[in-house]
Amino acid sequence: MISYTLRRLLGMIPLLILISIVVFSLAKLMPGDPFSGEIDPNNTSVEYIEEMRENLGYNDPIPVQYQRWVTNLAQGDLGKSTTYKKPVMDVILERLPNTIFLAITSLIITYILAFTLGMYSGRKPYTLGDNVIATFNYGGIAIPQYIIAIVAIYFFSFKLGWFPSNGSITPGLEQGTWEFWMDRIHHVVLPAMTLGLFSTASYTQFLRNDIVQNSQMDYVRSARARGTSESAIYNKHILRNSIIPLVTFFGFDLATLIGGAIITETIFTYPGIGMLFINAIDTRDYAVVMSLTLLFSFLTLFGNLIADLLYGVVDPRIRY
Amino acid sequence: MTYKQQEKDLLKVKKLHTGFYIEGKFHHAIEDINLEVKPKEVVCVVGESGCGKSVMSLSIMQLLPKGISKISDGEILFNGEDLAKKTEKEMNKVRGRDIAMIFQEPMTALNPVFTIGYQLQEVLFNHSNINKKDARKRAIELLREVGIPRAEKIIDEYPHQLSGGMRQRVMIAIAIALHPKLLIADEPTTALDVTVQAQILELLKDIQEKEDMAIMLITHDLGVVADIADRVIVMYAGQIVEEAKVVDLFTKPKHPYTEALLKSIPRMEEVTDKLNTIQGVVPPITNMPEVGCRFVDRCHKAFDSCKKVSPQLGNVNGDQHLARCLLYEKCYPSDYSEEKEEISL
Ligand SMILES: Nc1ncnc2c1ncn2[C@@H]1O[C@H](COP(=O)(O)OP(=O)(O)OP(=O)(O)O)[C@@H](O)[C@H]1O
Ligand SMILES: [Mg+2]
Repeated sequence: MISYTLRRLLGMIPLLILISIVVFSLAKLMPGDPFSGEIDPNNTSVEYIEEMRENLGYNDPIPVQYQRWVTNLAQGDLGKSTTYKKPVMDVILERLPNTIFLAITSLIITYILAFTLGMYSGRKPYTLGDNVIATFNYGGIAIPQYIIAIVAIYFFSFKLGWFPSNGSITPGLEQGTWEFWMDRIHHVVLPAMTLGLFSTASYTQFLRNDIVQNSQMDYVRSARARGTSESAIYNKHILRNSIIPLVTFFGFDLATLIGGAIITETIFTYPGIGMLFINAIDTRDYAVVMSLTLLFSFLTLFGNLIADLLYGVVDPRIRY
Repeated sequence: MTYKQQEKDLLKVKKLHTGFYIEGKFHHAIEDINLEVKPKEVVCVVGESGCGKSVMSLSIMQLLPKGISKISDGEILFNGEDLAKKTEKEMNKVRGRDIAMIFQEPMTALNPVFTIGYQLQEVLFNHSNINKKDARKRAIELLREVGIPRAEKIIDEYPHQLSGGMRQRVMIAIAIALHPKLLIADEPTTALDVTVQAQILELLKDIQEKEDMAIMLITHDLGVVADIADRVIVMYAGQIVEEAKVVDLFTKPKHPYTEALLKSIPRMEEVTDKLNTIQGVVPPITNMPEVGCRFVDRCHKAFDSCKKVSPQLGNVNGDQHLARCLLYEKCYPSDYSEEKEEISL
């Protein structure tokens, strides 16, 4: 397993190089000068700009520029944000905890709901309860996230007033106190549910179908033939099989959650890296856009690796 | 043991009817099944694919697929108690402890994500308060008993690490763990290699003798029947068409279908390059003839009445040799006499 992980990590290197080339080329193709963050925008004299470009190396051949960018990247230097006038690394690290908090809350809600609903539906297929759950699920899968977010804000924030509609914290609370954390949770629940709705709906339906399918299997019949109770059949024999695909989704979730947060965070004006990404595009803060694009790509690769490793953990038939 | 006790039935099935809902309509897959299994007896059930052997055995175990199938009539008396009337919970006490069952497909009969040991010990935990340590000891013992080498190691392995024959041995170990009085084996060797088939049958025979257990063995293989059975039941299209002691069946078959089955056994000494097969197929349960013999279209001894009169199972040769064929007087329905006269007029 360790050697497999190492091999997989090594295998990621060429992919990462490829991604970095793509991101770099995209940045080069974008309008304006992607690397103009260093130039004083108030000084528009042609000589000054030309001098700065020369100093910053923008007149160097493209491969040299790429090499320099990658070298800096490897040393943790992501460049400087034009909007925030700070190193990009600092800007991202400031926002990242908010996004991680949102993603984890979303994951917890998703998995709790998907397991309870999916197991209920799978055990009692074609009943009224199953049909009601299925209707909700198909709604959750079919309706785009931004519409759900707006509807959720309208009902739960404006009409019912249960949750705040924006931000991640009420200003003025002292960090680390009980109130502080409760307020954060209060702020995160609605965006987390919206963010997780698609996964919740699809996992519930997936688990339900998998349970129904497994309940027809020969091994279920032979477990019954030895007097195993109905609850042990479902909660042990079938669930242990149905959990396998679901657990591996967890790896893919990693990337989709962070990526999906772009829409949710923007609608809820929740200050995470998703909103940062949209703002950076608006303000042509290219260093930030490039760094985040790289981060999203890296998370996708990493998520796939996690998914594959989890497969080996939950399925005894797979050995690396 | 006294003669009387020996004769008491362990299992007695009376007028059993089971069917499936297909496109909203209920169709019988087995009809009017009457049979007994006595303690320690080996009863073989033979018949072509689709004749209802599995449906019958699953009915006895109450393991029919839920929702789409139903026992519509009849009793299944096991030690005098009607299994058809038991709830799921009550049946769980019987399954695995009093009656055990093994199936045709050893490759899929074990749960792929649990160890052999888990599934073997499960039957012990289901029916007794045995502790973990003793259960493990007993499980290893059982694996040895069914001829699995390196039992201490195999117990912690997963099904995919074992061959088909080994898995069927594990299934047998699970089945005999609590010394059931009856083992139902539904084509336990069909999916295995010929050499492995013989080993598994040998094992079943040994165990039957050692454990004093009755076996209801479902099989296609008449060679196996000759080898192991005390009594044979021949099924055709959901009905029992002949039932006899094994010697009687092989030496004096009464039903044309049984005769045809016996002829279809390939024999070493016969130098022939074509197998005797029975022409045609079993009618599907959605298209069973309402009256008349169900074998009529494939029978070379059929005559006029066969399409009009439904034969009954009758004692055709004394000594409990039953057949369902109009060649025999005893098989005409009791209300037939007038009809018979009409025809002869
Ligand atoms: N789940 C089901 N739904 C509908 N019909 C079924 C179902 N299972 C069995 N049947 C029908 O019941 C009849 C008897 O089937 P059964 O499986 O008992 O045959 P069998 O004698 O065991 O055959 P085989 O030797 O192939 O195992 C067949 O006509 C079959 O089509
Ligand atoms: Mg069968």
